[in-house]
Amino acid sequence: MCRCRWILALPDDRKQSGQSPRAGFLSRLRAKLNAKAGWLGQDLRDFVPGGRIDEDTLEELEARLVMADVGVSATSRIIAALEKRLVRRELGDVDALRAGLRQTLLDILEPVERPLVPDSSQGPFVVLMVGVNGAGKTTTIGKLARRFLSEGRTVMLAAGDTFRAAAVEQLQAWGERNRVPVIAQQPGADPAAVIFDAYEAARARGIDVLLADTAGRLQNQQGLMDELTKIKRVLARKEPTAPQEIMLVLDAGLGQNALSQAEKFNDALGVTGITVTKLDGSAKGGILLAIADRLAIPVRFIGIGEAAEDMQTFCATEYVDALLDGRTANREGAHS
Amino acid sequence: MFENLSGRLKEALGNITGKGRLTEANIKDTLRQVRLALLEADVALPVAKAFIERVRERAVGEQVAASLTPGQALIKIIHGELIALLGGDAVELDLKARPPVVILLAGLQGAGKTTTAAKLARRLQEKNKKRVMLVSVDVHRPAAILQLEKLAAEIGALHCASSADEEPVRIVERALAEVRQSHADVLIVDTAGRLHVDEDMMDEVVAVHGAARPHETLFVVDAMAGQDAVNAAREFDERLPLTGMVLTKADGDAKGGVALSVREVTGKPIRYLGVGEKTEALEVFHPDRMASRILGMGDVLSLVEEIEGKVDRDKADKLARKLRKGRSFDLADLRDQLEQMLSMGGLAAMLDKLPLPGGVNASALKSDAGEKQIRRQIGIINSMTPGERRHPKTINGSRKRRIAEGAGLPVQDVNRLLKQHLTMEKMMKKMSRGGMKKLLRGLPPGGVPPGLG
Ligand SMILES: Nc1nc2c(ncn2[C@@H]2O[C@H](COP(=O)(O)OP(=O)(O)OP(=O)(O)O)[C@@H](O)[C@H]2O)c(=O)[nH]1
Ligand SMILES: Nc1nc2c(ncn2[C@@H]2O[C@H](COP(=O)(O)OP(=O)(O)OP(=O)(O)O)[C@@H](O)[C@H]2O)c(=O)[nH]1
Ligand SMILES: [Mg+2]
Ligand SMILES: [Mg+2]
Repeated sequence: MCRCRWILALPDDRKQSGQSPRAGFLSRLRAKLNAKAGWLGQDLRDFVPGGRIDEDTLEELEARLVMADVGVSATSRIIAALEKRLVRRELGDVDALRAGLRQTLLDILEPVERPLVPDSSQGPFVVLMVGVNGAGKTTTIGKLARRFLSEGRTVMLAAGDTFRAAAVEQLQAWGERNRVPVIAQQPGADPAAVIFDAYEAARARGIDVLLADTAGRLQNQQGLMDELTKIKRVLARKEPTAPQEIMLVLDAGLGQNALSQAEKFNDALGVTGITVTKLDGSAKGGILLAIADRLAIPVRFIGIGEAAEDMQTFCATEYVDALLDGRTANREGAHS
Repeated sequence: MFENLSGRLKEALGNITGKGRLTEANIKDTLRQVRLALLEADVALPVAKAFIERVRERAVGEQVAASLTPGQALIKIIHGELIALLGGDAVELDLKARPPVVILLAGLQGAGKTTTAAKLARRLQEKNKKRVMLVSVDVHRPAAILQLEKLAAEIGALHCASSADEEPVRIVERALAEVRQSHADVLIVDTAGRLHVDEDMMDEVVAVHGAARPHETLFVVDAMAGQDAVNAAREFDERLPLTGMVLTKADGDAKGGVALSVREVTGKPIRYLGVGEKTEALEVFHPDRMASRILGMGDVLSLVEEIEGKVDRDKADKLARKLRKGRSFDLADLRDQLEQMLSMGGLAAMLDKLPLPGGVNASALKSDAGEKQIRRQIGIINSMTPGERRHPKTINGSRKRRIAEGAGLPVQDVNRLLKQHLTMEKMMKKMSRGGMKKLLRGLPPGGVPPGLG
């Protein structure tokens, strides 16, 4: 029947991107999260004819979670938790099901809602950005610089991607936009040396936050992973607490491989925070649930655009509510 | 996770019982595992469902070839369907049009468009001896134009300069004029990354496409992408439309199920695979390899293939003809068979790949069936005279001692080999044709012939 067709035959309704930039974050995120394919909440009624909830409903819900990239195993755990409630007859109608699902998702995400608060009392607070190619590391540095400046901190950037063509110039452009200094060397230089030099410079100038870019790398490339541990080692020799934040940048459009990224980067470096980018698309970043469930790494920020201000502190309730309740008016009855 | 799934898949395969025919009942478990494997590989759910349905339809009632177990037969069907869906043979770019041939690259942010533009240019220069010009219309991302310019210089391609305060359509028009003037064969247009839900940006790429009138419009997609990639691919295809796709970052350990998804929703061929950051890291896309990777069961598949294909056809045919003529299976034939086993990595390697029935102690089997054993047996046969190989019955006590000495083994080993040969000769007589695969299937269940140990 049309279960399969739900996503394949999805009707077109991208007429809603013209949101006012002043709209509150929640409604903006909701609009963005639901810009195209509505996710869970707004569809619940569609697959609960007569409002009765049974095994079929849960199966359908399972499908929706999988389609949000939550992954098979995390989805089964979520559904198992819901089933317990179902058996206890707590989930009599759609609203109760929604509340049950909301709580189940919050139970997973609330523990990882831990904002980043740089402490510069021991010298520059170093944020080392890591992640696979094209995840959004350099852009997120531009956004973080904007954020920290607005909090009254001083910021410096380190051009640790000495490999990719024009990576240095890309970071320098973000430095100019934010009017912050960028420490860079020639292409091919040792990233650990660049970042170490930047740290010395930041310390000499009394900078609060040093944002260090690194080249993108896939987690199965051992040599490149070793390069990152070297950066960490070299910094720690100078200041044992540095780098204070090792931030893994994950693209919301990624599938199950993001879990392996989180695991392998964490094994190699001890990731202290995650930023999820590109949540302004129709990808839901559901793998975040699997990562939170498995690794419990704090989630710091979400990226919702390419501009410097398109970043928000991660908030579990807002994220979950945006997913569950994000019905936008013109989605009503948009598909059948 | 995936190791587990692949393990579960093997188990499910081993559990398919009932010889001869695939039925709704005996494939149910395996199909469930395959569905999970597809989802874990990021194949979009509706695509995975539709795929499993097609396999079910094809499989049920299928007569299993004599050379395969039902489980192997099912995997062959699945693999075949996967390859068919992924596009059969590799499709190269269409470069036959009147120059300049224009190629446009589009896709989501960070997918790998700019890098792919340089890789393609390099390939066309080196393999097709084309003169290639690169141009970027990415006026949005900082240093995007410079990135392409540097790559162009690195590979020695022509570059049409552009700047961030120009209109993308204007840049294209200028580039078209420039490429004609310089008599280059190919113009590759790199566009900014964009989300398919961003209407303004989609309008922009449609306008660029309209101005460039490309012969090839390639959607560049990350092999690590998840479920939503189908929506992006569909949207780009509807708006542009696409003529093909490039799957990037395939050097990672993602299963790349997205290949299946985007192929299913667009119907357009996947042309290339990006397998690294350097400009030479571009490969022609091979549907069969991708199929194995997505299912994560290369082992099981390669076994099916080995049994079916790698067995030396010539020797097998010769043996079959010989046996048909009523001649017996002699020790030289046994040596051929043993050598074939070796070329397949020995029984131990094969046992690793076979879904063994529960209760069979695989490691015990392995120690008996190892490569060393096979080599010893070949050694014994080698120290015989041609006459002895052809007429094993002539091998008496003193000959046995001489052979054992020549092979550096105790006489018992020679005896065991001769006994084993006798058993096999009887088995061979029962078969009218076929070589190794029949022989293997003739092995007593859960064990190896006496003498192999
Ligand atoms: N829509 C959207 N695009 C983003 C977001 N964050 C980054 N991008 C875009 O994603 C692309 C890649 O971003 P980069 O910052 O260059 O990624 P990176 O991880 O530094 O890439 P490498 O250094 O090449 O590994 C760029 O086009 C960015 O503009 C986001 O939150 N939303
Ligand atoms: N490992 C690997 N990295 C790749 C591959 N293709 C591209 N990359 C890397 O992925 C990152 C993004 O590549 P780009 O070519 O800048 O991507 P893009 O689509 O042009 O990005 P935007 O223009 O920002 O949308 C860079 O770090 C590339 O080096 C590949 O096949 N394998
Ligand atoms: Mg970068
Ligand atoms: Mg680019």
